[in-house]
Amino acid sequence: MKNIQPGGKVPKKVEKDRMGMIIREEDALEKMEVELTEVKAPGDDDSPVLIYYNWCKKCGICVAFCPPAVWAAKPTAHPTWPRRKNASTARPATVSAPISPSLAPKTVEESFMPKKPTITKPAPKAAPKPPKAETKLEELQATRERKTVLMQGNEAVSYGALDAGCNFFAGYPITPSTEIAEILATELPKRGGVFVQMEDEIASICAITGASLAGAKSLTATSGPGFSLMQEGIGFAKITETPCVVVNVQRVGPSTGMPTSCAQGEIQQSRWGSHGDSPAIVLYPDSVKECYELTIRAVNLSEKYRTCVILLLDEVLGHMREAVRLPDLANVRVISRIKPTVPPHWYKHYDENQKYLSPLASYGDGYRFHVTGLTHDQLGFPTNKPTEAADMMDRLRKKITYNIRDLVQIESYEMEDAKIAIFAAGITARAAKAAVAMARHEGIKVGLLRPLTIWPFPDDAVRKMLRDVDIVVVPELNQGQLVREIERLVKDRSDSKLIKIQRVNGKLISPQDILRKMKEGM
Amino acid sequence: MANVPQRIIHEYLRHDKKFPHVWCAGCSNGIVLGSIIRALAGMDIDRDDIVMVSGIGCSSRMPVYVDFNTLHTLHGRSIAYATGVKLHKPHLKVIVVTGDGDCTAIGGNHLIHAARRNIDLTVILVNNNIYGMTGGQCSPTTPHEAIATTAPYGNIEPDFNICELALGAGASYVARTTAYHTQETQNMVKEAIEHPGFALIEIVSACPVIFGRLNKKGGAPEMMKEMRDNSVPLAAVEKLPPEKVEGKIIRGVLRKQVRPEFTAQYADLVKRVQAMGGDK
Repeated sequence: MKNIQPGGKVPKKVEKDRMGMIIREEDALEKMEVELTEVKAPGDDDSPVLIYYNWCKKCGICVAFCPPAVWAAKPTAHPTWPRRKNASTARPATVSAPISPSLAPKTVEESFMPKKPTITKPAPKAAPKPPKAETKLEELQATRERKTVLMQGNEAVSYGALDAGCNFFAGYPITPSTEIAEILATELPKRGGVFVQMEDEIASICAITGASLAGAKSLTATSGPGFSLMQEGIGFAKITETPCVVVNVQRVGPSTGMPTSCAQGEIQQSRWGSHGDSPAIVLYPDSVKECYELTIRAVNLSEKYRTCVILLLDEVLGHMREAVRLPDLANVRVISRIKPTVPPHWYKHYDENQKYLSPLASYGDGYRFHVTGLTHDQLGFPTNKPTEAADMMDRLRKKITYNIRDLVQIESYEMEDAKIAIFAAGITARAAKAAVAMARHEGIKVGLLRPLTIWPFPDDAVRKMLRDVDIVVVPELNQGQLVREIERLVKDRSDSKLIKIQRVNGKLISPQDILRKMKEGM
Repeated sequence: MANVPQRIIHEYLRHDKKFPHVWCAGCSNGIVLGSIIRALAGMDIDRDDIVMVSGIGCSSRMPVYVDFNTLHTLHGRSIAYATGVKLHKPHLKVIVVTGDGDCTAIGGNHLIHAARRNIDLTVILVNNNIYGMTGGQCSPTTPHEAIATTAPYGNIEPDFNICELALGAGASYVARTTAYHTQETQNMVKEAIEHPGFALIEIVSACPVIFGRLNKKGGAPEMMKEMRDNSVPLAAVEKLPPEKVEGKIIRGVLRKQVRPEFTAQYADLVKRVQAMGGDK
């Protein structure tokens, strides 16, 4: 018996915290301890049989199935080699129990030895790699006329995705987001990208996450019920830090609700929908042009922050047509994930550097990393250690909070001298903007605050802007989701008044509604 | 040192990861993993080009141990993730390791649609007739009248015939074997990976610690013997009288046909559309 180490020398790993306390000690040599029994078999003098006593679980299968008297069970129930005189004629077929006993001794050699001369060539590649998206995209963009066109919100999202370099879409039809799938089904094949209609929304989010891990810039689009189905997959994309974008064109809920009517019911779900603490980046446009711009921003942020970014749209915005002039492609800023440059054995899938923005390898790049939805360490392997679990959770949180200035976008309209502020997002902010103009015409000092990034919530910016305001009006198409955040921010101010305008009946809130309620509350 | 089986296996294992593995003594998952590794070792595939995807469950813990590109996903969704990976990089060999509950209960929808699309995935389904990881609840393949923790008086539901399901959904390669028949498993895995299209191998396996104890099957060796004695090769089925075949596990390749593969079809579509010059 002697000890050997297959796979070469493995150094002892010790990790210490700042105070010098050992938080992780991994003695690879100890784990690799192997007991080797030399067995002389006819025709193969070098053939050893290895029993990994550290790995053996004493199931008894190898003892039960090997030719008689080859293996015996130790008193501990580990297999052992009895070293009988005649043993050399019967070649033991089996390995330690954890990895396969072969049950056909005669063919062991044939089966285990890869025969070099008869190596089967891999089947001819079924499909050639699609041509590089970039080149094809540029050609197409060059031919596309950048003139003012009448365009739907859903269309703007589709072209925004294409201009941001999206080359993978998986989705499932659902009103009112279906146009996005339809347009991309037409446009992606032209650019060498992939469009696939999956069997449901769960499969869609899974497919875009898988494609993203293989290197794609991926996107899916859905609406309320589909968004609910996707929540687990969104959590997976967040914990595995895989870039992807989910567009949710909101309709009236709960459940099937009113599929062709407008509501803003997923403001909180987009933040808290998936179980566990998973910080979110959620963008919310209010015009067709902004649908285009924020889709590009969503793709860029997902690539930069390695997370699932959600773009919320309102049903009305998705279907509304406006005159827009898309910018020249040269003026579109596209961000792509950082690729690792280190040798594969140095690569950490979740490296802590540069404000938690770490490089991301793709499957097939030669890095051979592991991705799991289990709580993992920096390499990506599952862990139950409290320190490593805390590190991972901190990382997910800090990735957002440390970069909040980059993430937050908020529009301030006529707020300089305002005594009343309307806080609204999405399509409701369009009505609010009109209400501001109407009120100003009557001499009432009103302004509008409109978050383009609703999560992370722009706490500091909003608090600052509401400092000199006496009344805050929060109109929204739900039963009070956005107003919760404003309540949280103004709760310690006794002098401020909050006017809530809430509606969920499929109808929009009009500028007159806002103006009337505001006057009532003044 | 000669290329003994252990050495071949070790070349493909992540040594610093969590050995001994999580599986119980006598579990078939390690045996199946050994067969998969030996099959891959006998093929000329760069391991950077192999992606092993799994869901949740006992068998789905396999990828963490092997040195390929590995993806351990959500319960039931492994085939959907694998579809994404394969579609974006069709040259990768995507192997899905899944279990009976993972693939035919929560993930049944993805299984039948991947089979219908005929996307080039190799699904290795380790069927242990029970939910092992959660402690022995009945699964869609728990036999009629078998005991499970959620069927304490015996399972009143009929069980799935997984291969028939895959055949019905249009899988172009379907095979069944048992964990006892490691050589056969190894050959089938090789054949399935080489097969251009959706391939499913059902590997009937033993769960001595949970299913075995609940149903008084004896220990691991007894369950292995049962798999040996209670299975019939497909070739022998026609020659045997029907009463000798009834209730037995039929092993063998049940279907192997070549029909258009999804990623190839998609590549053709792209070519066709681009040839039209960008217009519809």
